[in-house]
Amino acid sequence: MVDAKKYPAPVTNPETAAFWDAASRGKFMIKRCTACGEAHYFPRSICPFCYSDKTVWEEASGEGTIYTWSLMRKSPTGPYAIGYVTLKEGPSLQTNFVDCDLEKLKIGQKVKVVFKPTDGAPLPFFTPA
Amino acid sequence: MTIKGKAYIAGIYEHPTRHAPDKSTAQLHAEVAKGAIEDAGLSKDDVDGYFCAGDAPGGAWPMVDYLGLNTKKLRHVDSTETGGCSYIIHLGHAAEAIAAGKCSIALITLAGKPRTGVMPPRAAGAEADFESAYGATTHNAYGMCAMRHMHDYGTTSEQLAWIKVAASHHAQYNPHAMLKDVVTVEDVLNSPMISDPLHRMDCCVVSDGGGALIVTTPEIAKSLKKPLVKLIGHGEAMKGPRGGKDLDLTYSAGIWSGPRAFEEAGITPKDIKYASIYDSFTITVLMQLEDLGFCKKGEGGKFVADGNLISGVGKLPFNTDGGGLCSNHPVNRGGMTKVIEAVRQLRGEAHPKVQVKNCDLAIAHGTGGLLGVRHAASTAILERV
Repeated sequence: MVDAKKYPAPVTNPETAAFWDAASRGKFMIKRCTACGEAHYFPRSICPFCYSDKTVWEEASGEGTIYTWSLMRKSPTGPYAIGYVTLKEGPSLQTNFVDCDLEKLKIGQKVKVVFKPTDGAPLPFFTPA
Repeated sequence: MTIKGKAYIAGIYEHPTRHAPDKSTAQLHAEVAKGAIEDAGLSKDDVDGYFCAGDAPGGAWPMVDYLGLNTKKLRHVDSTETGGCSYIIHLGHAAEAIAAGKCSIALITLAGKPRTGVMPPRAAGAEADFESAYGATTHNAYGMCAMRHMHDYGTTSEQLAWIKVAASHHAQYNPHAMLKDVVTVEDVLNSPMISDPLHRMDCCVVSDGGGALIVTTPEIAKSLKKPLVKLIGHGEAMKGPRGGKDLDLTYSAGIWSGPRAFEEAGITPKDIKYASIYDSFTITVLMQLEDLGFCKKGEGGKFVADGNLISGVGKLPFNTDGGGLCSNHPVNRGGMTKVIEAVRQLRGEAHPKVQVKNCDLAIAHGTGGLLGVRHAASTAILERV
Protein backbone atom coordinates (compact mmCIF):
# COMPACT_ATOMS: atom_id res chain seq x y z
CA MET A 1 0.00 0.00 0.00
CA VAL A 2 1.40 3.37 -1.02
CA ASP A 3 1.53 5.82 1.86
CA ALA A 4 1.78 9.18 0.16
CA LYS A 5 0.03 11.10 2.94
CA LYS A 6 1.84 14.25 4.02
CA TYR A 7 2.08 14.62 7.78
CA PRO A 8 2.60 17.91 9.63
CA ALA A 9 6.00 18.50 11.23
CA PRO A 10 5.97 18.55 15.03
CA VAL A 11 6.33 22.07 16.43
CA THR A 12 8.34 20.72 19.42
CA ASN A 13 9.12 22.62 22.63
CA PRO A 14 11.80 22.46 25.36
CA GLU A 15 9.86 19.80 27.29
CA THR A 16 9.58 17.40 24.34
CA ALA A 17 12.59 18.25 22.12
CA ALA A 18 14.55 15.18 23.28
CA PHE A 19 11.71 12.91 22.06
CA TRP A 20 11.90 14.37 18.56
CA ASP A 21 15.70 14.37 18.50
CA ALA A 22 15.61 10.65 19.32
CA ALA A 23 12.87 10.05 16.73
CA SER A 24 15.18 11.57 14.11
CA ARG A 25 17.67 8.83 15.05
CA GLY A 26 14.97 6.14 14.79
CA LYS A 27 14.50 5.75 18.53
CA PHE A 28 11.06 5.70 20.17
CA MET A 29 11.21 7.24 23.64
CA ILE A 30 8.88 7.29 26.62
CA LYS A 31 9.25 8.99 29.98
CA ARG A 32 9.50 7.09 33.25
CA CYS A 33 9.27 8.49 36.75
CA THR A 34 12.08 7.28 38.99
CA ALA A 35 10.07 8.23 42.10
CA CYS A 36 6.96 6.08 41.49
CA GLY A 37 8.34 3.86 38.73
CA GLU A 38 5.44 4.54 36.32
CA ALA A 39 6.01 5.14 32.61
CA HIS A 40 3.81 7.63 30.76
CA TYR A 41 3.09 8.97 27.26
CA PHE A 42 3.13 11.65 25.79
CA PRO A 43 6.22 12.82 27.69
CA ARG A 44 5.97 15.37 30.50
CA SER A 45 8.64 16.75 32.80
CA ILE A 46 6.43 16.32 35.88
CA CYS A 47 5.07 12.80 36.44
CA PRO A 48 1.26 12.93 35.89
CA PHE A 49 0.80 10.21 38.54
CA CYS A 50 2.90 11.29 41.53
CA TYR A 51 3.95 14.84 40.56
CA SER A 52 7.64 14.11 41.04
CA ASP A 53 10.00 15.96 38.72
CA LYS A 54 12.31 12.93 38.64
CA THR A 55 11.25 11.79 35.17
CA VAL A 56 13.80 10.30 32.80
CA TRP A 57 13.85 9.38 29.11
CA GLU A 58 13.79 5.68 28.29
CA GLU A 59 13.98 4.00 24.91
CA ALA A 60 10.83 1.90 24.48
CA SER A 61 10.67 -1.43 22.68
CA GLY A 62 8.27 0.06 20.14
CA GLU A 63 6.11 -3.06 20.58
CA GLY A 64 2.54 -3.13 21.71
CA THR A 65 -0.99 -4.36 21.07
CA ILE A 66 -4.03 -2.66 19.55
CA TYR A 67 -6.40 -1.46 22.31
CA THR A 68 -9.00 -0.14 19.84
CA TRP A 69 -9.23 1.22 16.32
CA SER A 70 -11.63 2.83 13.87
CA LEU A 71 -11.32 3.01 10.11
CA MET A 72 -12.36 6.40 8.76
CA ARG A 73 -13.80 5.35 5.39
CA LYS A 74 -13.52 8.75 3.67
CA SER A 75 -11.36 11.81 4.17
CA PRO A 76 -9.73 14.41 1.91
CA THR A 77 -6.56 12.27 2.04
CA GLY A 78 -8.32 8.92 1.73
CA PRO A 79 -9.21 6.24 4.30
CA TYR A 80 -7.13 6.03 7.47
CA ALA A 81 -7.21 3.98 10.65
CA ILE A 82 -6.86 5.69 14.00
CA GLY A 83 -6.44 3.76 17.22
CA TYR A 84 -4.76 3.29 20.55
CA VAL A 85 -1.80 1.02 21.13
CA THR A 86 -0.90 -0.27 24.58
CA LEU A 87 2.89 -0.37 24.70
CA LYS A 88 4.75 -3.33 26.19
CA GLU A 89 6.01 -0.85 28.80
CA GLY A 90 2.44 -0.01 29.90
CA PRO A 91 1.22 3.33 28.58
CA SER A 92 -1.38 3.53 25.81
CA LEU A 93 -1.09 6.09 23.04
CA GLN A 94 -3.05 7.41 20.10
CA THR A 95 -1.72 6.61 16.64
CA ASN A 96 -2.56 5.61 13.08
CA PHE A 97 -2.04 2.13 11.68
CA VAL A 98 -0.10 2.10 8.40
CA ASP A 99 1.43 -0.17 5.76
CA CYS A 100 -1.22 -2.88 6.10
CA ASP A 101 -4.76 -3.91 5.12
CA LEU A 102 -6.74 -1.47 7.25
CA GLU A 103 -9.89 -3.61 7.11
CA LYS A 104 -8.13 -6.49 8.86
CA LEU A 105 -7.08 -4.72 12.06
CA LYS A 106 -8.09 -6.46 15.29
CA ILE A 107 -8.16 -5.51 18.94
CA GLY A 108 -5.32 -7.38 20.68
CA GLN A 109 -3.22 -7.60 17.49
CA LYS A 110 0.55 -7.14 17.97
CA VAL A 111 2.02 -4.03 16.37
CA LYS A 112 5.35 -2.24 16.24
CA VAL A 113 6.43 1.36 15.78
CA VAL A 114 7.43 2.74 12.39
CA PHE A 115 8.47 6.33 11.74
CA LYS A 116 7.14 8.39 8.83
CA PRO A 117 8.93 11.48 7.57
CA THR A 118 7.67 15.05 7.85
CA ASP A 119 9.36 18.33 6.97
CA GLY A 120 10.72 18.23 10.53
CA ALA A 121 11.18 15.31 12.93
CA PRO A 122 9.59 12.00 11.88
CA LEU A 123 6.30 10.87 13.49
CA PRO A 124 5.66 7.49 15.14
CA PHE A 125 3.03 5.20 13.60
CA PHE A 126 2.27 1.52 14.14
CA THR A 127 2.09 -1.44 11.81
CA PRO A 128 1.33 -5.15 12.40
CA ALA A 129 4.35 -6.87 13.97
CA MET B 1 -23.45 23.88 50.89
CA THR B 2 -25.65 22.76 48.02
CA ILE B 3 -27.41 24.28 45.02
CA LYS B 4 -30.41 22.00 45.55
CA GLY B 5 -33.55 24.02 44.97
CA LYS B 6 -31.69 27.34 44.97
CA ALA B 7 -32.11 28.08 41.26
CA TYR B 8 -34.99 27.72 38.81
CA ILE B 9 -35.02 27.62 35.01
CA ALA B 10 -37.52 30.35 34.21
CA GLY B 11 -36.88 30.86 30.50
CA ILE B 12 -36.02 28.60 27.57
CA TYR B 13 -35.71 29.17 23.85
CA GLU B 14 -34.56 26.95 21.03
CA HIS B 15 -33.93 28.64 17.70
CA PRO B 16 -36.21 27.09 15.06
CA THR B 17 -33.60 27.49 12.32
CA ARG B 18 -31.52 24.56 11.20
CA HIS B 19 -29.74 26.46 8.41
CA ALA B 20 -29.01 30.18 8.72
CA PRO B 21 -26.64 31.36 5.94
CA ASP B 22 -28.39 34.75 6.00
CA LYS B 23 -27.70 35.47 9.68
CA SER B 24 -24.58 36.26 11.70
CA THR B 25 -23.52 34.10 14.65
CA ALA B 26 -23.82 37.04 17.05
CA GLN B 27 -27.30 37.69 15.66
CA LEU B 28 -28.33 34.11 16.45
CA HIS B 29 -27.05 34.62 20.03
CA ALA B 30 -29.18 37.76 20.27
CA GLU B 31 -32.24 36.00 18.86
CA VAL B 32 -32.01 33.14 21.37
CA ALA B 33 -31.29 35.57 24.24
CA LYS B 34 -34.39 37.57 23.32
CA GLY B 35 -36.42 34.37 23.03
CA ALA B 36 -35.46 33.07 26.48
CA ILE B 37 -35.87 36.45 28.17
CA GLU B 38 -39.37 36.81 26.65
CA ASP B 39 -40.24 33.21 27.53
CA ALA B 40 -39.46 34.04 31.16
CA GLY B 41 -41.49 37.26 30.98
CA LEU B 42 -38.47 39.41 31.82
CA SER B 43 -36.60 42.22 30.08
CA LYS B 44 -32.96 42.24 28.99
CA ASP B 45 -32.25 44.98 31.53
CA ASP B 46 -33.12 42.52 34.30
CA VAL B 47 -30.20 40.23 33.41
CA ASP B 48 -27.34 40.47 35.93
CA GLY B 49 -25.40 37.32 35.02
CA TYR B 50 -24.17 36.16 31.60
CA PHE B 51 -22.79 32.76 30.63
CA CYS B 52 -21.36 31.75 27.27
CA ALA B 53 -18.79 29.33 25.84
CA GLY B 54 -16.38 29.18 22.91
CA ASP B 55 -19.13 29.62 20.33
CA ALA B 56 -19.83 33.22 21.43
CA PRO B 57 -17.99 35.49 18.97
CA GLY B 58 -15.07 37.12 20.78
CA GLY B 59 -16.03 35.69 24.16
CA ALA B 60 -17.95 37.20 27.06
CA TRP B 61 -17.15 40.90 26.91
CA PRO B 62 -17.87 41.43 23.19
CA MET B 63 -21.10 39.44 23.62
CA VAL B 64 -22.25 41.39 26.67
CA ASP B 65 -21.71 44.58 24.68
CA TYR B 66 -23.30 43.27 21.47
CA LEU B 67 -26.34 41.92 23.32
CA GLY B 68 -26.84 45.33 24.92
CA LEU B 69 -26.99 43.85 28.42
CA ASN B 70 -27.34 46.31 31.25
CA THR B 71 -23.72 46.77 32.35
CA LYS B 72 -24.76 48.84 35.37
CA LYS B 73 -26.53 45.74 36.61
CA LEU B 74 -24.48 42.84 35.17
CA ARG B 75 -22.30 41.55 37.99
CA HIS B 76 -21.42 37.95 37.17
CA VAL B 77 -19.83 36.46 34.04
CA ASP B 78 -18.67 32.89 33.27
CA SER B 79 -17.24 31.68 29.96
CA THR B 80 -16.38 28.11 30.94
CA GLU B 81 -15.61 26.20 27.76
CA THR B 82 -16.16 22.45 27.85
CA GLY B 83 -17.48 21.81 24.35
CA GLY B 84 -20.99 20.46 23.99
CA CYS B 85 -21.70 20.20 27.72
CA SER B 86 -20.62 23.81 28.42
CA TYR B 87 -24.23 24.92 28.84
CA ILE B 88 -25.07 22.20 31.36
CA ILE B 89 -21.98 23.26 33.31
CA HIS B 90 -23.14 26.90 32.97
CA LEU B 91 -26.49 25.91 34.44
CA GLY B 92 -24.75 24.54 37.53
CA HIS B 93 -22.42 27.52 37.78
CA ALA B 94 -25.38 29.90 37.43
CA ALA B 95 -27.09 28.09 40.31
CA GLU B 96 -23.90 28.40 42.40
CA ALA B 97 -23.68 32.13 41.65
CA ILE B 98 -27.37 32.60 42.46
CA ALA B 99 -27.04 30.61 45.70
CA ALA B 100 -24.07 32.79 46.66
CA GLY B 101 -25.96 35.99 45.84
CA LYS B 102 -23.61 36.91 43.01
CA CYS B 103 -26.45 37.29 40.50
CA SER B 104 -30.21 36.75 40.40
CA ILE B 105 -31.13 36.47 36.72
CA ALA B 106 -28.61 34.57 34.61
CA LEU B 107 -28.68 34.33 30.82
CA ILE B 108 -26.92 31.43 29.07
CA THR B 109 -26.59 31.48 25.26
CA LEU B 110 -25.37 29.12 22.54
CA ALA B 111 -25.46 29.75 18.78
CA GLY B 112 -23.50 29.08 15.62
CA LYS B 113 -23.51 27.91 12.03
CA PRO B 114 -21.48 24.75 11.35
CA ARG B 115 -23.91 23.80 8.55
CA THR B 116 -23.25 27.08 6.75
CA GLY B 117 -19.47 26.95 7.14
CA VAL B 118 -16.61 25.16 8.84
CA MET B 119 -16.18 26.07 12.51
CA PRO B 120 -12.86 27.67 13.56
CA PRO B 121 -10.40 25.15 15.03
CA ARG B 122 -9.97 24.79 18.77
CA ALA B 123 -6.68 25.99 20.30
CA ALA B 124 -4.10 23.20 20.56
CA GLY B 125 -3.31 21.52 23.88
CA ALA B 126 0.00 20.17 25.15
CA GLU B 127 -0.72 16.91 23.34
CA ALA B 128 -0.83 18.49 19.85
CA ASP B 129 2.52 17.20 18.51
CA PHE B 130 1.71 13.71 19.78
CA GLU B 131 -1.84 13.45 18.46
CA SER B 132 -2.94 16.01 15.88
CA ALA B 133 -1.33 14.22 12.90
CA TYR B 134 -3.49 11.13 13.54
CA GLY B 135 -6.71 12.81 12.49
CA ALA B 136 -8.99 12.25 15.46
CA THR B 137 -12.45 13.47 14.47
CA THR B 138 -15.75 13.11 16.25
CA HIS B 139 -16.63 10.12 14.05
CA ASN B 140 -13.52 8.04 14.62
CA ALA B 141 -13.04 9.08 18.28
CA TYR B 142 -16.53 7.77 19.08
CA GLY B 143 -15.96 4.87 16.69
CA MET B 144 -12.98 3.80 18.84
CA CYS B 145 -15.21 3.81 21.94
CA ALA B 146 -17.88 1.75 20.18
CA MET B 147 -15.30 -0.71 18.87
CA ARG B 148 -13.91 -1.36 22.34
CA HIS B 149 -17.37 -1.47 23.95
CA MET B 150 -18.38 -4.16 21.45
CA HIS B 151 -15.17 -6.06 22.18
CA ASP B 152 -15.50 -5.93 25.97
CA TYR B 153 -19.26 -6.31 26.35
CA GLY B 154 -20.60 -7.83 23.13
CA THR B 155 -22.57 -4.70 22.27
CA THR B 156 -23.94 -4.91 18.72
CA SER B 157 -24.65 -2.50 15.88
CA GLU B 158 -28.31 -3.61 16.08
CA GLN B 159 -28.47 -2.46 19.71
CA LEU B 160 -26.89 0.90 18.87
CA ALA B 161 -29.36 1.29 16.01
CA TRP B 162 -32.29 1.15 18.46
CA ILE B 163 -31.12 4.51 19.85
CA LYS B 164 -31.50 6.14 16.44
CA VAL B 165 -34.82 4.35 15.91
CA ALA B 166 -36.16 5.79 19.20
CA ALA B 167 -34.97 9.31 18.30
CA SER B 168 -36.67 9.05 14.92
CA HIS B 169 -39.97 8.00 16.53
CA HIS B 170 -39.87 11.25 18.50
CA ALA B 171 -38.63 13.46 15.66
CA GLN B 172 -41.68 12.71 13.49
CA TYR B 173 -43.68 15.01 15.78
CA ASN B 174 -41.15 17.88 15.78
CA PRO B 175 -41.93 20.26 12.90
CA HIS B 176 -38.43 21.74 13.14
CA ALA B 177 -36.56 18.41 13.07
CA MET B 178 -34.10 17.97 10.20
CA LEU B 179 -34.88 14.25 9.87
CA LYS B 180 -38.57 13.48 10.42
CA ASP B 181 -38.79 10.00 8.91
CA VAL B 182 -39.19 7.07 11.25
CA VAL B 183 -36.34 4.63 10.59
CA THR B 184 -35.81 0.96 11.40
CA VAL B 185 -32.84 -0.97 12.77
CA GLU B 186 -32.27 -2.27 9.22
CA ASP B 187 -32.18 1.30 7.86
CA VAL B 188 -29.41 2.16 10.30
CA LEU B 189 -27.41 -0.99 9.53
CA ASN B 190 -27.80 -0.42 5.79
CA SER B 191 -26.60 3.19 5.94
CA PRO B 192 -22.97 3.66 4.82
CA MET B 193 -20.15 2.90 7.25
CA ILE B 194 -18.57 6.21 8.24
CA SER B 195 -15.94 5.17 10.76
CA ASP B 196 -16.07 1.57 11.99
CA PRO B 197 -18.30 0.48 13.61
CA LEU B 198 -20.47 3.59 13.27
CA HIS B 199 -22.85 3.92 10.33
CA ARG B 200 -24.11 7.22 8.99
CA MET B 201 -27.34 6.87 10.98
CA ASP B 202 -25.35 6.35 14.17
CA CYS B 203 -24.19 9.97 13.72
CA CYS B 204 -26.04 13.15 14.62
CA VAL B 205 -26.99 15.87 12.14
CA VAL B 206 -24.99 19.01 11.45
CA SER B 207 -27.11 22.10 11.95
CA ASP B 208 -27.00 25.82 12.47
CA GLY B 209 -29.01 27.27 15.32
CA GLY B 210 -28.81 27.85 19.02
CA GLY B 211 -30.62 28.10 22.30
CA ALA B 212 -30.74 30.03 25.54
CA LEU B 213 -31.75 29.65 29.18
CA ILE B 214 -32.76 32.01 31.96
CA VAL B 215 -31.82 30.79 35.43
CA THR B 216 -33.08 32.68 38.45
CA THR B 217 -33.88 32.66 42.17
CA PRO B 218 -36.87 30.74 43.59
CA GLU B 219 -38.50 34.07 44.53
CA ILE B 220 -38.23 35.61 41.08
CA ALA B 221 -39.29 32.36 39.37
CA LYS B 222 -42.42 32.23 41.55
CA SER B 223 -43.28 35.83 40.55
CA LEU B 224 -43.29 34.84 36.85
CA LYS B 225 -45.98 32.99 34.90
CA LYS B 226 -44.19 29.84 33.71
CA PRO B 227 -44.52 26.42 35.37
CA LEU B 228 -41.78 26.08 37.97
CA VAL B 229 -38.73 23.96 37.19
CA LYS B 230 -35.94 23.82 39.72
CA LEU B 231 -32.41 22.46 39.62
CA ILE B 232 -31.94 19.93 42.42
CA GLY B 233 -28.63 18.33 41.51
CA HIS B 234 -25.62 19.07 39.37
CA GLY B 235 -22.32 17.42 38.57
CA GLU B 236 -19.34 17.99 36.32
CA ALA B 237 -16.23 15.96 35.55
CA MET B 238 -13.42 15.47 33.06
CA LYS B 239 -11.59 12.46 31.68
CA GLY B 240 -8.61 11.87 29.39
CA PRO B 241 -5.92 9.29 28.67
CA ARG B 242 -3.87 10.72 31.56
CA GLY B 243 -0.40 9.63 30.53
CA GLY B 244 -1.80 6.48 28.93
CA LYS B 245 -2.29 4.56 32.17
CA ASP B 246 -5.15 2.05 32.41
CA LEU B 247 -6.80 3.35 29.25
CA ASP B 248 -10.50 2.47 29.23
CA LEU B 249 -12.66 4.00 26.51
CA THR B 250 -15.81 2.14 27.55
CA TYR B 251 -16.82 4.70 30.14
CA SER B 252 -17.09 8.50 30.15
CA ALA B 253 -16.66 11.23 32.75
CA GLY B 254 -20.41 10.78 33.27
CA ILE B 255 -19.44 7.99 35.66
CA TRP B 256 -18.40 10.81 38.05
CA SER B 257 -20.70 13.71 37.10
CA GLY B 258 -23.81 11.53 37.31
CA PRO B 259 -23.42 10.21 40.88
CA ARG B 260 -22.46 13.72 42.05
CA ALA B 261 -25.72 15.09 40.64
CA PHE B 262 -27.87 12.22 41.94
CA GLU B 263 -26.34 12.49 45.40
CA GLU B 264 -27.03 16.22 45.56
CA ALA B 265 -30.59 15.68 44.33
CA GLY B 266 -31.14 12.85 46.81
CA ILE B 267 -32.73 10.62 44.18
CA THR B 268 -31.67 7.62 42.06
CA PRO B 269 -31.89 6.88 38.33
CA LYS B 270 -35.04 4.83 39.01
CA ASP B 271 -36.85 8.05 39.97
CA ILE B 272 -36.19 9.74 36.60
CA LYS B 273 -39.26 10.00 34.34
CA TYR B 274 -37.54 11.59 31.32
CA ALA B 275 -33.91 11.67 30.18
CA SER B 276 -32.20 14.12 27.83
CA ILE B 277 -28.94 12.38 26.94
CA TYR B 278 -26.43 13.91 24.57
CA ASP B 279 -26.61 11.93 21.36
CA SER B 280 -23.71 13.06 19.20
CA PHE B 281 -23.59 9.39 18.25
CA THR B 282 -25.63 6.38 19.29
CA ILE B 283 -22.66 5.07 21.31
CA THR B 284 -22.60 8.35 23.28
CA VAL B 285 -26.08 7.61 24.59
CA LEU B 286 -25.40 3.96 25.36
CA MET B 287 -22.23 4.66 27.35
CA GLN B 288 -23.81 7.51 29.28
CA LEU B 289 -26.91 5.51 30.23
CA GLU B 290 -24.52 2.99 31.78
CA ASP B 291 -22.33 5.65 33.39
CA LEU B 292 -25.33 7.45 34.90
CA GLY B 293 -26.55 4.20 36.44
CA PHE B 294 -29.67 3.53 34.37
CA CYS B 295 -28.22 0.06 33.83
CA LYS B 296 -25.03 -1.81 34.68
CA LYS B 297 -21.80 -1.20 32.76
CA GLY B 298 -21.86 -3.36 29.66
CA GLU B 299 -25.65 -3.82 29.69
CA GLY B 300 -26.46 -0.65 27.75
CA GLY B 301 -27.06 -2.61 24.55
CA LYS B 302 -29.78 -4.70 26.16
CA PHE B 303 -31.21 -1.61 27.89
CA VAL B 304 -31.73 0.46 24.72
CA ALA B 305 -33.04 -2.40 22.53
CA ASP B 306 -36.65 -3.03 21.56
CA GLY B 307 -37.81 0.55 21.92
CA ASN B 308 -37.00 1.04 25.60
CA LEU B 309 -36.16 4.71 24.93
CA ILE B 310 -39.37 5.48 22.99
CA SER B 311 -41.87 7.69 24.82
CA GLY B 312 -45.06 5.78 25.59
CA VAL B 313 -43.43 2.46 24.72
CA GLY B 314 -40.27 1.98 26.79
CA LYS B 315 -39.26 2.52 30.39
CA LEU B 316 -36.98 5.52 29.83
CA PRO B 317 -38.26 8.06 27.30
CA PHE B 318 -35.28 10.02 25.96
CA ASN B 319 -34.69 13.01 23.68
CA THR B 320 -38.34 13.51 22.83
CA ASP B 321 -37.50 16.38 20.46
CA GLY B 322 -35.63 13.93 18.23
CA GLY B 323 -32.31 14.98 19.76
CA GLY B 324 -29.09 15.48 17.86
CA LEU B 325 -29.64 12.28 15.91
CA CYS B 326 -32.74 13.69 14.17
CA SER B 327 -33.69 17.25 15.19
CA ASN B 328 -30.63 19.49 15.47
CA HIS B 329 -27.13 19.85 16.83
CA PRO B 330 -26.50 23.59 16.96
CA VAL B 331 -22.80 24.48 16.80
CA ASN B 332 -21.97 20.74 17.04
CA ARG B 333 -22.90 21.11 20.72
CA GLY B 334 -25.82 19.24 22.21
CA GLY B 335 -25.92 20.35 25.84
CA MET B 336 -28.26 23.31 25.45
CA THR B 337 -31.03 21.49 23.61
CA LYS B 338 -30.84 18.70 26.18
CA VAL B 339 -31.74 21.11 28.98
CA ILE B 340 -34.45 22.80 26.88
CA GLU B 341 -36.33 19.57 26.09
CA ALA B 342 -36.07 18.45 29.72
CA VAL B 343 -37.68 21.74 30.80
CA ARG B 344 -40.42 21.31 28.16
CA GLN B 345 -41.18 17.87 29.56
CA LEU B 346 -41.35 19.15 33.14
CA ARG B 347 -43.54 22.08 32.09
CA GLY B 348 -45.81 19.76 30.11
CA GLU B 349 -44.94 21.66 26.94
CA ALA B 350 -43.50 18.75 24.93
CA HIS B 351 -45.46 17.55 21.88
CA PRO B 352 -48.56 15.69 23.14
CA LYS B 353 -47.47 12.54 21.27
CA VAL B 354 -44.21 12.39 23.25
CA GLN B 355 -45.12 14.17 26.49
CA VAL B 356 -44.32 11.93 29.45
CA LYS B 357 -47.25 11.64 31.88
CA ASN B 358 -46.73 13.07 35.36
CA CYS B 359 -43.22 14.11 34.42
CA ASP B 360 -41.85 15.48 37.69
CA LEU B 361 -38.17 14.47 37.55
CA ALA B 362 -35.87 14.75 34.54
CA ILE B 363 -32.18 14.51 33.81
CA ALA B 364 -30.20 16.50 31.25
CA HIS B 365 -26.75 15.09 30.64
CA GLY B 366 -24.06 15.87 28.13
CA THR B 367 -20.43 15.49 27.24
CA GLY B 368 -18.04 17.82 25.46
CA GLY B 369 -14.87 17.18 23.53
CA LEU B 370 -14.13 13.69 22.23
CA LEU B 371 -15.25 10.69 24.27
CA GLY B 372 -12.44 8.64 22.76
CA VAL B 373 -9.75 11.21 23.52
CA ARG B 374 -10.40 13.76 26.28
CA HIS B 375 -13.71 15.20 27.32
CA ALA B 376 -15.90 16.80 29.97
CA ALA B 377 -19.31 15.69 31.20
CA SER B 378 -22.06 17.44 33.08
CA THR B 379 -25.30 16.24 34.62
CA ALA B 380 -28.29 18.30 35.73
CA ILE B 381 -31.29 16.95 37.61
CA LEU B 382 -34.45 19.00 37.34
CA GLU B 383 -37.72 18.82 39.25
CA ARG B 384 -41.16 20.20 38.51
CA VAL B 385 -42.46 22.09 41.54
